[in-house]
Amino acid sequence: MSKILAGLKYSESHEWVKVEGNVAVVGVSDFAQKEMGDITYVDMPEVDDEVTAGEEFGALESVKASSDLISPVSGTVVAVNEELEDAPEKVNEDAFENWIIKVEMSDPSELDKLLDAEAYKALIGE
Amino acid sequence: MTDIQSQEQLQKTCLHDEHVALQAKMSPFAGFMMPIQYSSITLEHQAVRQAVGMFDVSHMGEIFVEGPEAEAFINHIFTNEIRGFEPGKVLYGMMCYPDGGVVDDLLVYREFLPDHFLLVVNAANIDKDFAWIQEQVKGFNCKVRNESPAWGQIAVQGPEAEKVVVDVLGYPEAATLAFYTFCDVQYAGKRLILSRTGYTGEDGFELYTTPENTVEIWKRLLAAGVQPCGLGCRDTLRFEAGLPLYGDELSPEISPVMAGLGMFCKYEKDFIGKEALLAQKAGELEKKLVGIEIEDKAIPRAGYPVETLEGEEVGVVTTGYHSISLDKSICFALVGKAYAALETPLQVRIRKKTFPGKVVKKRFYQTNYKK
Repeated sequence: MSKILAGLKYSESHEWVKVEGNVAVVGVSDFAQKEMGDITYVDMPEVDDEVTAGEEFGALESVKASSDLISPVSGTVVAVNEELEDAPEKVNEDAFENWIIKVEMSDPSELDKLLDAEAYKALIGE
Repeated sequence: MTDIQSQEQLQKTCLHDEHVALQAKMSPFAGFMMPIQYSSITLEHQAVRQAVGMFDVSHMGEIFVEGPEAEAFINHIFTNEIRGFEPGKVLYGMMCYPDGGVVDDLLVYREFLPDHFLLVVNAANIDKDFAWIQEQVKGFNCKVRNESPAWGQIAVQGPEAEKVVVDVLGYPEAATLAFYTFCDVQYAGKRLILSRTGYTGEDGFELYTTPENTVEIWKRLLAAGVQPCGLGCRDTLRFEAGLPLYGDELSPEISPVMAGLGMFCKYEKDFIGKEALLAQKAGELEKKLVGIEIEDKAIPRAGYPVETLEGEEVGVVTTGYHSISLDKSICFALVGKAYAALETPLQVRIRKKTFPGKVVKKRFYQTNYKK
């Protein structure tokens, strides 16, 4: 059973979004980290990079596979979680605590296209 | 729907129910439904490096060759030299096409009965190999039999493998075997081939016996606390030890000479592909397999381009990992021969970025075999 936090938004590609004013905090879901297995590297953009909803902004690497990170919103990266550079396994330990990037949103209405916790739960079929 | 249909055509090994009971993550591999991992690739990898782990390798193929001209026949299709090699010994080598491309890499066992041999081949190649062997055997006085479905196989690997085979399974013979030798023992009245071989870079054994015995042995080893290990760590282990995987580092397009495995080709005898391999050795070689270490945690995966530091593409990654035992990002890559010397600076393109590195020895991890 994967953990799903109520009150967050989710994408079909298994990222979560926590809205803090005009900033979207983005991470990957507990389901995604379990599917990936031991995460060994998080490829992240840099602060001030532009990201676009539905497009790749980085990648998670496990021992066996690499999986693109897809941005749930468009905007400008205002922070990246530098702790993950040296300790990517933190995503396995707590996927919700260990966010990946923060994005200053250019179009907050994009949030409406994302899933709520209940719809995400139905998507992963647990 | 196509996925479901193709999954139904996948074969299952005799240990399939055991994997399901252990809640292994299963995935198709070489036409079989195989366990990728039981708990975590890292944990299973460490179990083999530091203690002992076991693998279901029942998908591998067993082809028997026997008859007065069995030795001459095998020597004709096999790159290594089997004349003068005694009963109870195991030899690694390849079968090549006339152009030097590889049909398969395999182990040849010289059995204790005169003129009897066992060839152990890759699961994905069983049908292709058997067809190739049947075609080449014409004119030789010997018989070939594909007995793959009748044999299960468990690999017990790691520094504590000998202790487990002696104490848990009760085979004191295991302690006397040197690496790349085997003996015949019995398990529940049926033949068990106890072979001191493996594909991990550690000491270990491969046990070939009936499917029923394989299930019993698996359960006994599990009850004794041996860590079940999936194909995920089988790949990370063999990779660190510098061992090739057919399909990645050897193929119809990648010859043993290109792969740096010329030591397993013996040119004092005749074998299929010899002329082409000799020509490659003499300089007609365009590409070579190398090891590359990069200065970052990013992982060079199969298919990623390899470039000079100026950005000229000169090769491609065949296998790559962030090595569990060495904590370094390393890969095998097929590069132009001008770039194959040790210490040559090269970079790997990983998604949008490039990561500089250099050519290093392919045996990334110091192997621990019992001499």
